[in-house]
Amino acid sequence: MTEATPRRPGERSEEQQQNPLVESDRATVKEATPASLATPAEPAELAAVYEQGLQIEARSQWQLARRRFFRHKLAMASIVVLALIFGAAIFAEQITQFDYAEQDFEHSSIGPTFTHGHYFGTDQIGRDYFTRVVYGIRTSARVAFLVAFLSTLIGTMVGAVSGYFGGWVDNLLMRLTDLVLTLPVLAVLLVASALLGQGSPYRVAIILALVFWTSLARIVRGTFLSLREKEYVEAAKAIGAKDFRIMFRHMLPNALGPIVVNATLVVAIAILVEAVLSFLGFGVQPPTPALGTLIAKGQGLVAQWWLVTFPGLTIVLICLCINFIGDGLRDALDPTQRRTSA
Amino acid sequence: MVTFVIRRLLYLIPVLIATSLIIFTFVTVSGDPLTQVRVIPNLSQETVENIIEQNHLDRPLLVQYGYWVKEAVTDKFGTTLLGDEPIWPDLKRVLGNTLQLIVLAQILGVAFAIGVGVLSAVKQYSVFDYASTTLSFIGFSTPVFWFALILQIIFTNIYLNYDVRIFYTAQLSSPNPDNFWIDRLQHLALPVITLTVLSVAQFSRYMRASMLEVINSDYVRTARAKGLHERGVIMRHAFRNALIPLVTVVALDFGALFGGAFATETVFALDGMGLYFLRALGERDVYPLMAWLMVASLMVVLFNLIADIIYGWLDPRIRYD
Repeated sequence: MTEATPRRPGERSEEQQQNPLVESDRATVKEATPASLATPAEPAELAAVYEQGLQIEARSQWQLARRRFFRHKLAMASIVVLALIFGAAIFAEQITQFDYAEQDFEHSSIGPTFTHGHYFGTDQIGRDYFTRVVYGIRTSARVAFLVAFLSTLIGTMVGAVSGYFGGWVDNLLMRLTDLVLTLPVLAVLLVASALLGQGSPYRVAIILALVFWTSLARIVRGTFLSLREKEYVEAAKAIGAKDFRIMFRHMLPNALGPIVVNATLVVAIAILVEAVLSFLGFGVQPPTPALGTLIAKGQGLVAQWWLVTFPGLTIVLICLCINFIGDGLRDALDPTQRRTSA
Repeated sequence: MVTFVIRRLLYLIPVLIATSLIIFTFVTVSGDPLTQVRVIPNLSQETVENIIEQNHLDRPLLVQYGYWVKEAVTDKFGTTLLGDEPIWPDLKRVLGNTLQLIVLAQILGVAFAIGVGVLSAVKQYSVFDYASTTLSFIGFSTPVFWFALILQIIFTNIYLNYDVRIFYTAQLSSPNPDNFWIDRLQHLALPVITLTVLSVAQFSRYMRASMLEVINSDYVRTARAKGLHERGVIMRHAFRNALIPLVTVVALDFGALFGGAFATETVFALDGMGLYFLRALGERDVYPLMAWLMVASLMVVLFNLIADIIYGWLDPRIRYD
């Protein structure tokens, strides 16, 4: 459970005090004596060091992050659960016994049961809800990943250009971002989906992405503003590197942490918002099963509680896992963090 | 201070113009408002053309927009595009209903969130802290409308199976209530619970984070060092300063809720802003949509402004110039 707690600088030092054996993993020296470290090694000496089985294992920033992430138990557990859920969605045809549109009038409106293989029950016309939920995950996940990809792309571009060039470009782009942020988001999404969505998952995804890029744009801009003053950027400029090369070769890798975390969290938000849109009838349209439309089908049918309960629980589970993973990534990618054990 | 408020209000003007233009274009292009008129049998082509001409539907977009601005400014948003129903009385009613809902929900939400946040910060890494953290993670991950539906299912089933009416599960009031306000509260309870639970999940995290930051600061240590009892340290020194970040979050959320309680209002068939918007959108009636949008945007900006003012009151170091 510790992993779920967002950490702040203050907490960290306290934890380290409690646990003086915190492993320093900047570079782990295997069986090395202090002496072999202190003296600058000559090639011959180095060879000797290797022969004795002593070596210094250096780790890059990414290796460190990976190690930290792999030790984040809750995030790892979430990845496993999420892999199972999305795996089921990918192999929906193999996993489910029914077709998602197949009607079984003899077993209509029955509750969750194992006897007929209707684990999540059936609706009024006997369609198996387990099957529909699995296919629904497929639709919703497709939308969510597309939204995350597109909004990350737009947000990074806008933020990078804005932060790197500054001046009127920055002013213009940031005013645009402000404008999108002031709009009542759901209202705009509803109008846009009514106009352009036409119930297609891909169109809905594009509409969502066009609204969701703003928060990332601000984050990336902030990072780029500070990175712009770094020496390596100056050095790159001095050897005549082009602006876009500096931005995307040199600066972007150093801004990747927050971008990755944000992209992860956008997946969860996109799933939630797509579900609301579909529920209100402006998102993905039937017959394509999406988790939101499945819940909408059960609205008002209080006796058939399973129609609402199971698709909703699926959404909660998916989003919970993604949020835990995002939390783990945030901890792992924080370069000020030196601990590997959580 | 006054100049700050005036500047913020002036900034509102371009925002409102830009949003209204975008939305007007969107809605106008999105569909034919006459779809429902055209299907009326025995309707002559002339009548249709008359309607089009009366409502300036044949004019360019910008001219149509101009007509809308004129009506909005001179006649309280005027009437619906077709028919002559005035918009403002309806909008005022739904605004009032939504206000009742979100004021109740936000007050409860903030109260609980502060309690939970402070407690889990003071007793960091305790069982309570882990439990509240886990619960708020679940809260983030729960779709609002689904939670509302689950509440609706539970309470309707209680009523149907045991004949006990605890809360009503739809609408705002009964036809002939004995006591109007008790009846209203019974109707509002479930929507309020829905919104409260979700805002507690959100706000308590902010409260915990900012409280932790404050607790580890120097002046809190000083307060302890001078021998102040723990209660005084927490309430007088830490708590007040920890509130500052929360104010922004709550005010922003408050403004956003005016245009964001769609799902809750839909589930509970609550005659509020959300349902009003959805109805107008279904009819592709641009005028009420525009009026709605103006009111909602105004609320967002207004509450941002209120946030900034409270901010300055809580933290005297902040200057507006």
